[in-house]
Amino acid sequence: MKASAGGYARANDLSHAMELLASSDGSGRVLAGGQSLIAAMNMRLSTGDMLVDISRLSELSGVTEEADTLRIGALTKHVEIGADPLIRAHAPLLAEAVTCIAHAAIRNRGTIGGALAHADPAAEFPACMLALDAIIHIQGSNGERSVAAEDFFEDLFETSLEEDEILTAITVPKAEAGERQVLQEIARRSGDYALVGLCLVARSTGHWVSLLSVGSTPVLAHNAMTLLDQGDVDGAVVALRAEIDPPSDTQASAGYRRHIAGILLRRAVAQAKGEIA
Amino acid sequence: MTRIFADQIDVELTVNGEPVEARVPVGQHVIDFLRQNLGLTGAHASCEHGVCGACTIRVDGSSVRGCLMLAAQLDGADVWTIEGLSDSDSIRDLQEAFIARNALQCGFCTPGMLVAAEELLAQGGVPERTAIREHLSGNYCRCTGYEAIVDAVETVARQRAGQVQSGKVRA
Repeated sequence: MKASAGGYARANDLSHAMELLASSDGSGRVLAGGQSLIAAMNMRLSTGDMLVDISRLSELSGVTEEADTLRIGALTKHVEIGADPLIRAHAPLLAEAVTCIAHAAIRNRGTIGGALAHADPAAEFPACMLALDAIIHIQGSNGERSVAAEDFFEDLFETSLEEDEILTAITVPKAEAGERQVLQEIARRSGDYALVGLCLVARSTGHWVSLLSVGSTPVLAHNAMTLLDQGDVDGAVVALRAEIDPPSDTQASAGYRRHIAGILLRRAVAQAKGEIA
Repeated sequence: MTRIFADQIDVELTVNGEPVEARVPVGQHVIDFLRQNLGLTGAHASCEHGVCGACTIRVDGSSVRGCLMLAAQLDGADVWTIEGLSDSDSIRDLQEAFIARNALQCGFCTPGMLVAAEELLAQGGVPERTAIREHLSGNYCRCTGYEAIVDAVETVARQRAGQVQSGKVRA
């Protein structure tokens, strides 16, 4: 269908964007790449929004190297993340995730900050944030704050962002020497949302396992992580299937999702060990 | 509040190399602006939620879904549609390969398919057939079964890389 918008204003810089949001009487909606928001507007899932277009704010785009972390601007596009040498060297999980996200034309405009703020539990980047133990940086009318990824995603399409706040950047720890980061997912067709997806990060401090498409938010599989730390892959698979509570829908039953989650964990462990490509 | 948020936006842009000025309603898609305001009906409006690829056009050098971008966002943009790409002869070889290989039947998907394929070809080299399929995976064709489209794109990649001669005699 055709999009329904209440109004539009293009922000010149971040402080202008904050002013625009503040003047929207609570109906402001931040427009970044628009690849989820405009689709939602087209389907009339979102109507009458006062759009604050931040897509031209170059200050919110790009990847910078810090001491032990990478700082990724919220407006960095998927296509840029997939090609960025710092990302490929220090957070390869994100580059891998890009290959699974929709199609080239979507990746040309979609942004990582937009994907996180949208908080689709079937999307790759939110789950990646959990597995990487990322920090989300937020600008509000009362200043900046930062929140751990696990506290950011609250419910289906709901985050800890307030109405007067804009997600500005993400920091992820740089991968250690020998760290493995793996993403495995099953989708019926290339570019479809995954039936289930799984991120595995194997660090010297322990294993991180996160899943997408198994609930109303991306989730960390704490029990499976503990058992992987103990070297018990079979136990981790059993624990993973027990600790997730996936939905049944037209794409897959809950039982099938549980089943393939375990298979994806085995594949991810094998890939992390270099046993499969 | 709401003079700050306008319901009509003035934009200046170039379309197929020509300067365009327009006042657009804020909810209007780029694809509807091109088709209804400018009469450029080559790219098609179809699924209107970014899935089918029929509205794929080129904005600032990249393939973009015309149904997932608002015309209000076009200020300063450089837009190319199949009309401009055809008139400039910049994808003539690709269009000839589509015809030669019967890579279209009804033609509904073809303008978007050509923009998507050209983006891949512009990266240079001869992509694997799996890479061609992956790059075109966001463009639905309900007639051809894709095989002929992949053939055509692969043929042009080889031609441009100098691996085979073009089937057409050039003047």
